[in-house]
Amino acid sequence: MGNNISLLLVVIPLIAAPIVAVLPRGRLPWAVALLVTSLCALLAGMQLWAVLHGGVISYELGGWAPPWGIEYRIDAVNAFVALIVAAIAAITLPYALLSVEQEIPEEKIPLFYSALLLCLTGLLGITQTGDIFNVFVFLEISSLSSYALISLGRKRQALTAAYQYLIMGTIGATFFLIGVGLIYSQTGTLNMQDLSTILPEVLHLKTVNTGFAFIMIGIALKLALFPLHLWLPNAYTYAPSVVTVFLAATATKVAVYVMLRILFTVFPYGFALATPVEELFMVAGIASIIIASVYAIYQEDVKKLLAYSSVAQIGYMVLGIGLASATGITAALIHLFNHALMKGALFMAVGAIIYRIGACRMDQIHGLGRAMPWTFAAIVIGGLSLIGVPGTAGFISKWYLVTAALEQGAWISVVVILFGSLLAVVYMGKLIEALYFRPITDSGKEVTEAPILLLVPTWLLVFANIYFGLDTELTVGVAEKAAAILGGGNP
Amino acid sequence: MDFLIGHYNYWVVIFLMMVGLYTVISRGNLIKKVIGLNIFQVSVFFLYISIGTVAGGAAPIFAEGIKVYSNPLPHVLILTAIVVGVATTALALALVVRINEAYDSIEEDEIHELDHSL
Amino acid sequence: MKPNLILHVVAKFLIPLIIVFSLYVQFHGDFGPGGGFQAGVIFSAAFILYALVFGLDAAEKIIPSQWLHMLAALGLVLYAGVGVVTLLLGGNYLDYTVLGATQIAGQHLGILLVELGVGITVGAVMLIIFFAFAGRGRT
Repeated sequence: MGNNISLLLVVIPLIAAPIVAVLPRGRLPWAVALLVTSLCALLAGMQLWAVLHGGVISYELGGWAPPWGIEYRIDAVNAFVALIVAAIAAITLPYALLSVEQEIPEEKIPLFYSALLLCLTGLLGITQTGDIFNVFVFLEISSLSSYALISLGRKRQALTAAYQYLIMGTIGATFFLIGVGLIYSQTGTLNMQDLSTILPEVLHLKTVNTGFAFIMIGIALKLALFPLHLWLPNAYTYAPSVVTVFLAATATKVAVYVMLRILFTVFPYGFALATPVEELFMVAGIASIIIASVYAIYQEDVKKLLAYSSVAQIGYMVLGIGLASATGITAALIHLFNHALMKGALFMAVGAIIYRIGACRMDQIHGLGRAMPWTFAAIVIGGLSLIGVPGTAGFISKWYLVTAALEQGAWISVVVILFGSLLAVVYMGKLIEALYFRPITDSGKEVTEAPILLLVPTWLLVFANIYFGLDTELTVGVAEKAAAILGGGNP
Repeated sequence: MDFLIGHYNYWVVIFLMMVGLYTVISRGNLIKKVIGLNIFQVSVFFLYISIGTVAGGAAPIFAEGIKVYSNPLPHVLILTAIVVGVATTALALALVVRINEAYDSIEEDEIHELDHSL
Repeated sequence: MKPNLILHVVAKFLIPLIIVFSLYVQFHGDFGPGGGFQAGVIFSAAFILYALVFGLDAAEKIIPSQWLHMLAALGLVLYAGVGVVTLLLGGNYLDYTVLGATQIAGQHLGILLVELGVGITVGAVMLIIFFAFAGRGRT
């Protein structure tokens, strides 16, 4: 049984998805989805514990031994990312009940939860699998379901946002596929572990280098790395609140994981350093942080503001990867975890405002902070974490990023990281000012606090932000272990 | 010349890939974009299947008297990718139908003028 | 739409053949070219031909779309269920060997069941897609 955890994490939501789709309307689909996601979170926690104490778990699908069969290979890196994905899903589901009932037409609710579970299947699958083609398949499962989820948004812009994401996402996935094909043509294997032993002998071939470039561009598109981020702001803005929370906290994180895996496990550790990829990542990361933060300042829609901020935060992670040191990777992994917490909390709080007033443009939320004190407090704490104030999770990530940059003597990066925090102060300040210091609008006077079912999950994430800002044993400990696995080559 | 003819499958793949990608980028009509995306994906299917070929190998079906088979693995992979492609196309067309109902247009620039969303 | 005698006769002649061919592709898939994906698409092609010739309402009477949703879910559950059964029998997920007395019998039974699941889902989903597009804007 113990060995089956890695598999059950993927199979349970996969089986639940079609069952939920045909359940009768009402709250039953939600209840089943809640049960499944909680179970997944529990299993992911057990898996991380097992990996930390027992070492690498390898699972052979269908009893076919690797490298011929598909292998699920779990070390501290996957287990960590899988736990983030599953935990966020489990926290999102209680929040979903009311928000979905309000935003999604009743007859589509079972299908909505089915798509959400499929998306979870895909994301968890990416983290579990040790087969590079399997990554593509799960990537497409999660992407296709997220296109459908985004198109369910209430405004008609949701449709165009989903279409745009579909075109960009498919091009990205196809680039990934081309890269895998080119590498397969030279190595004859798709197993990541097998690739890592065969690839060093064929690294000089142009085909392999081209394949590497294709894969990197493909993932960068999925990752919304500047300047390939154009799909992200609209997709996050017009998607239903629950979908935004879930995707913002998980989808890009999993893409970061794939990038780490390919850069440091599949290809030998030094390879990326010998190519211009690392410098490119540094430049792209720096550009992301500054340009996306500036864009965020000028947004009138709160969700779009946070979406641009997400692009900037991805810049921090990529900058950490670009530093290409153990500390840099640790910082990227810590930020991956912490950013899921803070963006989850912020988008949930904004979703609560949307639940009450049906919109979230800057001029419509004036003064609502006093009408919805708990939601407002969640936004403030989430914002402080985003800025990186000591005592919040965001501070830990910034601290490790700056340390990593200092180790390398990358002064420009240090300046950019601090300047990025300054820009975050400006755009979060703008939001807080609108919410609290502007006079309340006439229609805002009747607004009451969000229902408790929306507040509890939000505050759970807010407390997590504070807790992981004070007790860093779990995040930093696991991230350092994971970085050692990625840096050391052989897990 | 040998270089050109000996790698003809790659030239076909590159040609289709560029045609597809160019169509996606340059066309403003949403349906034409989907068509371009399909051509782009099909080029990748060709790439996989052509690298799976073994010179002188038969189709990978078990039969007596045949010693050399082509590599069946790329076929299997591409079967999966084709299914993914079908699903993507269906979803894209469904979105276009709904965009047409919402905006009365499937031209990118016209939709952009209405909403500034594309 | 004016009924066209030639179309009706040819369609009635072709549809059973298409269905038989799809079943051949389905169940011969373990030894020859074929399998659930192809069989499902061919199977749905028979119904799409029926819908094109006799009209959408007649086709929906034969297979109500509610059934199709059930079938699509059923196929996927069958596929995943085979995996769960192999798990319960002590093998790895989708390790068909444990399903039969010998390894060959087990693998044979397993792949047949899994492909059946694939075939049902693909056929149903193809029809759902067709009905969704064809029926759009009618009601």
